[in-house]
Amino acid sequence: MPTFTPEEWTAIALSVRVALAATAASLPIAILAGYALARWSFPGKALLNGLLHLPLVLPPVVTGYLLLLSFGRQGPIGAFLYDTFGISFSFRWTGAALACAVMSFPLMLRAIRLSFELIDRRLEAAAGTLGANPVWTFLVVTLPLALPGILVGAILCFAKALGEFGATITFVSNIPGETQTIPSAIYSYTQVPGGEAGALRLAAVSLAIALVALIASEALSQRALKRTSVFE
Amino acid sequence: MSDAPVPVSVQCAVRLGTFTLDVDFTAAPGLTVLFGPSGAGKTTILNLIAGLQRPDRGRITLGSDVVVETARNVFVPPHRRRIGLVFQDAQLFPHLTVRQNIAFGRWFARRAAPCLPLDQVVGILAIGDLLDRRPARLSGGEKQRVSLARALLCAPRLLLMDEPLGGLDDARRSEILPLIERLRDEVAIPILYVTHDRDEALRLASHAIALDRGRVRAAGTPGKVLRRSGAG
Repeated sequence: MPTFTPEEWTAIALSVRVALAATAASLPIAILAGYALARWSFPGKALLNGLLHLPLVLPPVVTGYLLLLSFGRQGPIGAFLYDTFGISFSFRWTGAALACAVMSFPLMLRAIRLSFELIDRRLEAAAGTLGANPVWTFLVVTLPLALPGILVGAILCFAKALGEFGATITFVSNIPGETQTIPSAIYSYTQVPGGEAGALRLAAVSLAIALVALIASEALSQRALKRTSVFE
Repeated sequence: MSDAPVPVSVQCAVRLGTFTLDVDFTAAPGLTVLFGPSGAGKTTILNLIAGLQRPDRGRITLGSDVVVETARNVFVPPHRRRIGLVFQDAQLFPHLTVRQNIAFGRWFARRAAPCLPLDQVVGILAIGDLLDRRPARLSGGEKQRVSLARALLCAPRLLLMDEPLGGLDDARRSEILPLIERLRDEVAIPILYVTHDRDEALRLASHAIALDRGRVRAAGTPGKVLRRSGAG
């Protein structure tokens, strides 16, 4: 077990906080968007789908730069949020969370959308004939059946958010204690002589967290798969 | 709401691709069989009555209540119709136990109307031993019995059964047929029963309607209708 310096602990704790905030904030939006994409047809659906998946293929530095332009203190959305609610993203950990949320959103969305698409819609019809209105049907039938996929999406989002680097450093820079997450800390180590050991320690942490997350999401999707196949 | 059996009256036209359904019939108290070969439009009629499908034009009444009237833009959504629907493949909620499945409709109907006593339904359908199991651990016949109980316990004004014995082998059929006869004779809920099996129809029906290619071919006493129809 390697021993971490206080600065490294700060970076690890900050990373976890940023990733948790990013996951929690994206989850309701991803559930809504996943349901809409799986079930509704509306004009501009293909465009919306493309926009939501854009962070997957754009260079992260471009996403970060776009965030800086729109959510920075001078940007249209950033200025509005600061003037109206006093919320600021620039060079703060909340900005790192926003960048991570945007970058990992497509992963979460894909898992959630797929789990909605796999649900037999006649189960929802059955709930309707039994007297459940559409909102109740969603809450007691659709959502619980999609839950394994939603959990998988949340875990993947969390793991991806922990590792996000390009958009975060472009949007909110690399300030120890405020925006320096594990990847940014590793980057800093590699920029100074003698930083190899520290970089290696933090790389090991990243590796461990990512691996645990992947194993957990795989186990969850296996469980979900087993249940649906038994049902057929 | 009186307890007297409420007949259903259907005058509907709907076009689905190359198939056109255009029917006009009333069901009598007791058990009315909708008889015809596959593709005759039997399931479509049940979906129209349950509110899972909208007719292009037409009118459906349950007793004195109009549930669909296209000319006046009336469409009562499925969850306000109080019509029990038994699917051919049961469609039990896989994430709920048998007890929770059959309590589902009961809970939503609790203010609308008095339910049949749970013990009576559980007794007639002999599902007392299954209450704590999940649907994945039930046989086909057991699933269908639970599905019947679930539909009966939502305080329905009309019970629709879509080939409830269709997916079962002969042994399971002969186990469930007497139960349906008991329901017909002991429970004062009119039943509309879809089948393409002549023997099943003759055994259960108090009234029969023969369908072919989206049209009513004959309606009346089972002996006459089922002999005259060339289907089955």
